Amino acid sequence: MLNFTKIKIISIYFIFLFLAFFAFLNIFSNENLPLKKKVNLGLDLQGGSYLLLEIDTNPLIKERLQDKVIDIKKFLRKNNFSYNSFKINENSINFIIGDDNTNKFQNLFFSKKDNLINPYIDQYRAHQLDLVVENKNYKIEFSKYGLLTLNNAAVKQSIEIVRRRIDDLGTKEPTIIQRGEKRIVVELPGLKDPSRIKSLLGKTAQLNFRLVTDKDNDFGSEKMTLDDGEEAIVNKKIIMSGENLIDAQPRVDSQTNKPMVFFSLDRYGAQKFGKVTTNNVGKRLAIVLDNQIISAPVIREAITGGSGSISGNFSFQQVTDLALLLRSGALPTPINIVEERTVGPDLGKDSIISGTISLVIGFALVVLYMFYKYRFFGLIANISLISNLLMLVGVLTILEATLTLPGIAGIILTVGMAVDANVLIFERIREELRTEKSIIHAFDMGYSRAKITVLDANLTTLLATIILFFFGSGPVKGFAVTLGIGIITTLFSAYFIARHLTSSYVLKNKESVKL
Amino acid sequence: MKYNLNFADYFKKFTLVSIIFVLMSLLFILFKGLNYGIDFKGGTLIEIRLENDAVKVSDIRNSLKKIDLGDVNVKNFGEGTDFLIKIERKLNNNEVIITEIKETLNQNLNEEVNYRRIESVGPKVSSELLKSGIISIGLALLMMLFYIWFRFEWQFSLGSIIALFHDVIITLGVFSALSIEINLSIVAAVLTIVGYSMNDTVVIYDRIRENLSKYNRLEIDQISNLSINETLSRTLITSVTTLLALFSIFILGGAILKGFSFAMIMGVLIGTYSSIFVASPVLRYFKVSYKTLEKKEEKIVP
Repeated sequence: MLNFTKIKIISIYFIFLFLAFFAFLNIFSNENLPLKKKVNLGLDLQGGSYLLLEIDTNPLIKERLQDKVIDIKKFLRKNNFSYNSFKINENSINFIIGDDNTNKFQNLFFSKKDNLINPYIDQYRAHQLDLVVENKNYKIEFSKYGLLTLNNAAVKQSIEIVRRRIDDLGTKEPTIIQRGEKRIVVELPGLKDPSRIKSLLGKTAQLNFRLVTDKDNDFGSEKMTLDDGEEAIVNKKIIMSGENLIDAQPRVDSQTNKPMVFFSLDRYGAQKFGKVTTNNVGKRLAIVLDNQIISAPVIREAITGGSGSISGNFSFQQVTDLALLLRSGALPTPINIVEERTVGPDLGKDSIISGTISLVIGFALVVLYMFYKYRFFGLIANISLISNLLMLVGVLTILEATLTLPGIAGIILTVGMAVDANVLIFERIREELRTEKSIIHAFDMGYSRAKITVLDANLTTLLATIILFFFGSGPVKGFAVTLGIGIITTLFSAYFIARHLTSSYVLKNKESVKL
Repeated sequence: MKYNLNFADYFKKFTLVSIIFVLMSLLFILFKGLNYGIDFKGGTLIEIRLENDAVKVSDIRNSLKKIDLGDVNVKNFGEGTDFLIKIERKLNNNEVIITEIKETLNQNLNEEVNYRRIESVGPKVSSELLKSGIISIGLALLMMLFYIWFRFEWQFSLGSIIALFHDVIITLGVFSALSIEINLSIVAAVLTIVGYSMNDTVVIYDRIRENLSKYNRLEIDQISNLSINETLSRTLITSVTTLLALFSIFILGGAILKGFSFAMIMGVLIGTYSSIFVASPVLRYFKVSYKTLEKKEEKIVP
C-alpha cells in the first residue's frame, strides 16, 4: 500500500490541482475570466424570496364545462335525444335521457373522428371527457387525461404570465420553474419585500367589457356591486376581453388630474369596441376585472380609434399595477401562494458571517486537536483535511451548486468527520506497530486493513445523504449535497493524498518514524 | 493509546438503562408529543429586529391581539431586540394576512420594523413535508439494514438497526421532553445522526468480524469487549473532532442553526454510546459466534 507508481502520483495531484483551481475561482470574481463558474449563495444567505405557487384548477374545470354546454345541447337536439333536467355541477354536466338508447349515445359520444364535443387525445389514447350512465341519468365529466391536458396547459400558461408580471417589475435574475403537476417555484434573489409581487400574483386579472342593462333577467345578466356600493345589472354577454389588449400604460388624466390606465386594442378588439360604442351611446359600459366592476362610465360618444382609458377612484400605485396586470395578460386560473420563505438581506449577511466564523473556529479546533494527538502525522492529516476542503469547494464550483446555511453546516460537519478516515488508519497502524517489527510493513498493513472499515463506514453515511438529497427540500438539499460530496473527497484525500505523504515520509526515515 | 476496559460486565446493566431510556422516550413522544414547527404543521413565522430595546415580548403580543390571528406565540430570539413571532393559523393564501401584520406592527411599535425572515407554509405543503420527512427517515433505516445485511450477516444487520432505532427514538424523546421545535433541519440532523451512528457501529462490527475469525475460542461477549477496546481510541478521537466542529456551530453559528447543531451533538453522544452498549451487546442474543462467519470465510481477511 505504500508504493506509488509515477503515473498514480501524477494523476492524484493532477486531480487535486484541477479541483483546487476551481475552488480558487470563487476568490477571483473577475469578470474577464474565461471561466465564470462560481458557487452561488442560496436565498437564505444573500437574502431574497422563495414562493411556491399552486394553481387552482377547479374554477377552470367549471368554466371549460360551461363552454361545452351549448355544443352538448346542440348535439343532443341534432341526434334526437329528448333530454331534461340539464344542469352543471362543480365538475360535471348532468341530464336525463328518457328513451333507452344509451348505446347510440355512447357510440356518438366516443367517436374518434371529428368529435367536437369530446375530442380524442392521441397522445394519451383517451377521450377528453368521461361518461357515467346510471338509470337514465347521464353524467359527463373530464377524464383523467382530459384533466391532465387541461392542467398542463394551465400550468404552462400560468408560468408564462407569472414570468411576464415579474419581469415587468424589473426583479433581477428571477427563477421560475414548474414543480410537480400543479406547482410553480418562484425564486427572487435580493428581493426585500415580496408583498407587491404577491398581490400581483394573487390576481387572475381577467378583464372584460360588458354593457349595463336595466332589464333584470336571470339568464342574460347578473347583479354586481360597484366600489361605492351602488348595484348594477350587467349583461352576461362579453363585448370584449383582456385578450384583445395590446398595451396598457398608467397615465394622468390631463383634465381631472386623476390617474388612469390608457389602453390600446388590437384590430379585432378595436372593430368590436367601435361597433358596440356606436350603437350604445348614452348607456353605461361596465369594466369588469375578476368579476368585480372597477368602473362603469357612460358611453358619451363612439370610440373607434382602438384605444381608451379606464379611470376611477385609483391611486397612482393602483393604476400602475392594473396597467401591469393588463399588459401581462390574465392567468388562466387562480393561483395560491402555498409556501413562502423570505430572508432579509441583513439576516443573510449575519448568517454568512456566523457561518464563516464557526467554520474557521471549528476547523482550527480540529486541526489543533489532530496535531496534539498525532504530531507529525497530525500535520499530514491536516494537509489532507485542507486539500479535502479545497476539492469539496472545487466540486461545488464545477456543479455551480447553491450554498445554503445548512450547506455551510454540512461543510463544518465534513471537517469534523473527515479526519475519521485518517484516525482509523493511524490507529490501525499503531496497533500493527505493537506486533510488527518492520515499521514499513506495519504501515502497509495498517493501510490495507483499515481500507474496508473506512469504506464501509463512509458508504453508510453516503447512503443517508443520498436519501436526504432526494427527499429533502430546499435548504436541506444543500446540506445533503455538501455532506455527500464531502464524503467522496474525504476518501480521496485520506487514501491518496495522505497515504502518499505518509509513504514518502516513512520510506525516507525508515527507522526513526514514531506514531 | 491501548485500552483494556471491561465493558462486557456492564453490558446487562447498560441494556437495562437503554431500555428504560427508550421506554421513557416513547412515553414522551406518545403522550407529550413532538413540538412540530410551521414546516410540518403549517403557519407563519416572522423574525423581526427592532431599534428600540424597550419593546417587550408582551408589547408585540398585545399589538397583534388587535387582529384575529388565532394562536400567536412571541418570543425573544438570539439578541435582545430580535423577536420571533409564530402564528399557527393555517392559510391557504398568505397574501393578505402578512401585509396586515406588518401594518399593525409598524403602527403599534412606532418604528420602522426590520423584517429579517418570513416563512409561511400552507396546510397542504406542511403535511407533504411531514410525510416526506417520515418516509426519508424510514427509507434511510431500511437502506442501512440492507447494506449491513449485504456486507455482514443478518445478525449484525438486526443489531445495527436496533441501535439505530434506539438512537432515533431517544433523540426524538429528548426533543419531546425539552419541547424543542421539530423542523426541516431537524430531519436533516436525524438523518445525519443515522449515518454517523451507523458509521460508528460499522467500525466496531468490522473489528468483531475480524476477531471472530482470529479467536474462535472466545465467547461473543469477550470478542465484543476486545473489539470495543481495540477501536476505542478511534471512537473517542472521532467523537471529539466531530463534537468540536458541532460545538463551534452551536455556539457561533447563529440562532438558525442552534436546533440543528443541538440535535447533532446529542446524536453523536447517543450514537457513540449505542455502538458500544447497544449494537455490540445485542449480538449475543442472536447467538453470533465464529460459526456465523464460516460460509463467507473469504470475505473476512481484507
